[in-house]
Amino acid sequence: MITVVALIVLLPFAGAVAGLLGSRWPRGGSRTEESNRVANRRAAWSAIVPASASLALTAWLAVWSAGALPRGSVSWSGGEFWSGLFPGATEGTLTLVETGSVPISFTLRADGLSVLLGMLVAVVALAVQVYSVGYMRDDPRYPSYSAFISLFTSAMSLVVFAGDLIVLYAGWEIMGLCSYLLIGHWWEDRANSRAAVKAFLVTRLGDVGFLFGIFTLGVAAGSFRIGDVLRADIPTGTLVTATMLLLAGVAGKSAQAPLHTWLPDAMAGPTPISALIHAATMVAAGIFIVARLYPLFLGAQPTLDVLGVVAAVGMLGAALAALAQNDLKRVLAYSTISQLAYMAAALAAGSDQAAIFHLLTHGAFKALLFLCAGVVIHHVGSNRMSHMGGLRTALPFTFAAMTIGFAALMGLPPAGGFFSKDAVIAAIEHSHGPAQPFLYGSALLTVGVTGAYAARAWLRTFFGPSRVEPLPEPPPGTAHVFDGREAPKSMLWPVGVLAVPALLLGFAGLPDVDWGSAAVSLLVALLGAGGVYAFWRSAPRQDPARMLGPFRVVCERAFYVDELYRSLFARPVLRLARAVARADGQLVDGAVRGSGRLTIRLSGFVRLAQNGNTQLYVTGLLAGLLLITVAAVVLA
Amino acid sequence: MHVVYPVVVSALLFSIGVYGVLARRNAILVLMSVELMLNAVNLNLVVFDVWLKDRLHSGQVLTLFVIVIAAAEVGLGLAIVLALFRNRRSIDVDRLRDLSERDAPAEDRS
Repeated sequence: MITVVALIVLLPFAGAVAGLLGSRWPRGGSRTEESNRVANRRAAWSAIVPASASLALTAWLAVWSAGALPRGSVSWSGGEFWSGLFPGATEGTLTLVETGSVPISFTLRADGLSVLLGMLVAVVALAVQVYSVGYMRDDPRYPSYSAFISLFTSAMSLVVFAGDLIVLYAGWEIMGLCSYLLIGHWWEDRANSRAAVKAFLVTRLGDVGFLFGIFTLGVAAGSFRIGDVLRADIPTGTLVTATMLLLAGVAGKSAQAPLHTWLPDAMAGPTPISALIHAATMVAAGIFIVARLYPLFLGAQPTLDVLGVVAAVGMLGAALAALAQNDLKRVLAYSTISQLAYMAAALAAGSDQAAIFHLLTHGAFKALLFLCAGVVIHHVGSNRMSHMGGLRTALPFTFAAMTIGFAALMGLPPAGGFFSKDAVIAAIEHSHGPAQPFLYGSALLTVGVTGAYAARAWLRTFFGPSRVEPLPEPPPGTAHVFDGREAPKSMLWPVGVLAVPALLLGFAGLPDVDWGSAAVSLLVALLGAGGVYAFWRSAPRQDPARMLGPFRVVCERAFYVDELYRSLFARPVLRLARAVARADGQLVDGAVRGSGRLTIRLSGFVRLAQNGNTQLYVTGLLAGLLLITVAAVVLA
Repeated sequence: MHVVYPVVVSALLFSIGVYGVLARRNAILVLMSVELMLNAVNLNLVVFDVWLKDRLHSGQVLTLFVIVIAAAEVGLGLAIVLALFRNRRSIDVDRLRDLSERDAPAEDRS
C-alpha cells in the first residue's frame, strides 16, 4: 500500500524530470517553430500522463481506504468526518536517516485527511495541466512550465502524504521554490520577477519559524514522526512556543494577515498557476498542516487565539481589498486570502472539520474561478475588469461555469461554498474563546463583503456594455489578443469538470447544516450583493466600487500594508545594505588598497639602490660582509 | 721565511683585486681583478699548506682546482665581454644599466 502512496508522489516528479530533460532531446538543434511545437507536445504528454496516473492511484487509494476497516494502531484522528469517510489508514517507513540525535524517518502515511487532500491536489493538478496545454500553447517555455507544475504537484503530494515532519518540510520548501519559478514564468517583465522574489522571500520568512517549530516539536517529542509527535506528552509551554513558530510558517504559506502580501503580487504568474497555487497547493498546505497537527494546537490555546485574531483581521481586510480591485485576478487573490482566513477562523474556533471541508470546496470553486478567469483573460487580452464587460454572450460556457464559482464563493445555497461556509460560521458561533465575538462579527461582515465583491466582479465581467478593445500587441503577462471566440477545448474541459465538484461537493455536508446561521449568512451575503447590484444598476458603465467613497483608494491599495512594509522593512534594509556596501568599498577595500599604495611608496626608497650599476651592488655586498665579519669578531 | 710575509702579500693582492672589481670601468679589467683575488687565495692556500706541513697537500690540490676553474671562468667571462662588445660597441660597466629600475611602476589598477 505504501508503494502506491510513494508512486502518487513520485509519478509527477518523474514527469517533471522527463519534461525538463526530455522535451527537447536530442539537444543541439536550433529553436524553430516546428521544434518548439514538438517540444511542447512532448512536454504536454509527460505532464498529463503522470498527473492522470497519479489521480487514478489516488482514487484507487481512496476506494481502498473507504472500504478498509480502521486499524487501531495508526488511527490518531478519530471522530472526524474524513476518518468516517476513509477509515483505512496506512503508514510505511521507507528508510531511516540517522542524524546523531533525533532520527529522520522517511515515512509516508495515507489516512482519511491525506486521501481527501490528495484527491483535491490530483484533480486540480490534472485540470490545470490540461488547461495549460491550451492556455500556454504558443509559449516557447511551456516544457519547463509544465515540468514545474508537475514538480509542484509532487511536492504538495509529499506534504499531504508525509508521515514525518522533516519529509513534510522538504515538500513544503520545494513548493516554495516551484511557486517562485512559476510566478516568475514571464520574467522578461521586471515586475513579474520581482513578484516571484517577493513571494519567495515572504514565504521564506514564515518558513524559518516553521522549521524551528518542527525542531522544537521533534526535540520535545524525541521523534519527527507525526504519529509520535502527536502521541508525545509535551509540556504546555513548549507546545505554545512550537505551535506559534509553526503558525509563522502557516501564515507565510497560507497568506495570512502579516505575511499575506505576496499572494496578490503572485498574480503575475500565468493564470493556471494561480489556480494551482490558490486552490490545491501552497496555500492549502498551511491549513492542512494545522489540521494535521490539530491535537497539538488544541493543547495550545494562546496559539489558537492568535490565529483567530489574525483570521478575523485578514478575512475582512482582504475582502474589502477585493472589493476595490480592478484586476480580475487580484480580486480572486484577495478573495483567496479572505477564504483562507475563514479556514483559519474555523481552526481557531476548534473545528478542523469545518476548515478542511471549506478547504476542499474552496479548492474546487477557486480553481474553477481562476480557470474561468483565465479563459476570460485569454479572450479579452487584459486582466483589467475595466476592459471587460458584456461577455456573457461571447463566452456562454465560461459565464455559466463562473457563475457557479461566484455562487459558491458567495455561499449561495446549491453551490458547495454554502455548506462549507455555513459549517465554518456555525463553528465560530458555537466556539468559546476570548476572540469569539470579534471573530463572529468579522466573519458575518466578511460574508456580506464577499457577496458584494463577487457580485461586482460578476457584473463587471459578464454584464453591462462591452468595453473590450483589441490590443495591438499582447504585453507579457497576458496571453492573447482579442479573438472573439470561446477558448480551445482543452481549456473548457477542465472548467466543465471542475464545475461539477464546485456545485455538488457541498452536499456532503448536508446533514450537518445549521439552518439558523445559514439563513443569517445567506441574508447578509444577499444584502451585500444586492447593494452592489443597486449601485451597478444605476450606472452600469461605472465601477460599483465607488460605493466605498473615499475609502475606495485605501481598499484598492489593500490598506497600504505594502507601503507600510516598504517603509518599515524594505527601505531600512536597503539603506543598511547600501551602508554595508559603502563600508565594504571604502573601509575594507580602502584598507587593502591603502596598504598596497603604502608598500609601493616605501619601495620607492629601496628602488633608489637598484640603479643598474653592478659594482655598486658588489660594494653593498662587500660592505655587508665586512659588517657581519666585524660583528662576528667583536661579538664572538 | 715567516708565514706573515706571503700572507700580507696575498692580502694586498686581494685588496687590489677588490679595488679593481669595485672601481674599474672596463669589463676586462674587472675580470683581471677577479683573477687577482683568486690568485691571492691560491697564494694563501699554498702558504698555509707549507706552513702546516700537510702530508696530503690538500692546499696545493685545491690550488690546482682553483686554477682550472679560474681558467674556465675567464673563458666564459671573456666570451660574455666579447658578445657585449659586439652588441653594444662598449664594455664600460658603468654604462650597462639595462637592469636598472628606471620608471616608477604603474599604480594599482583596481
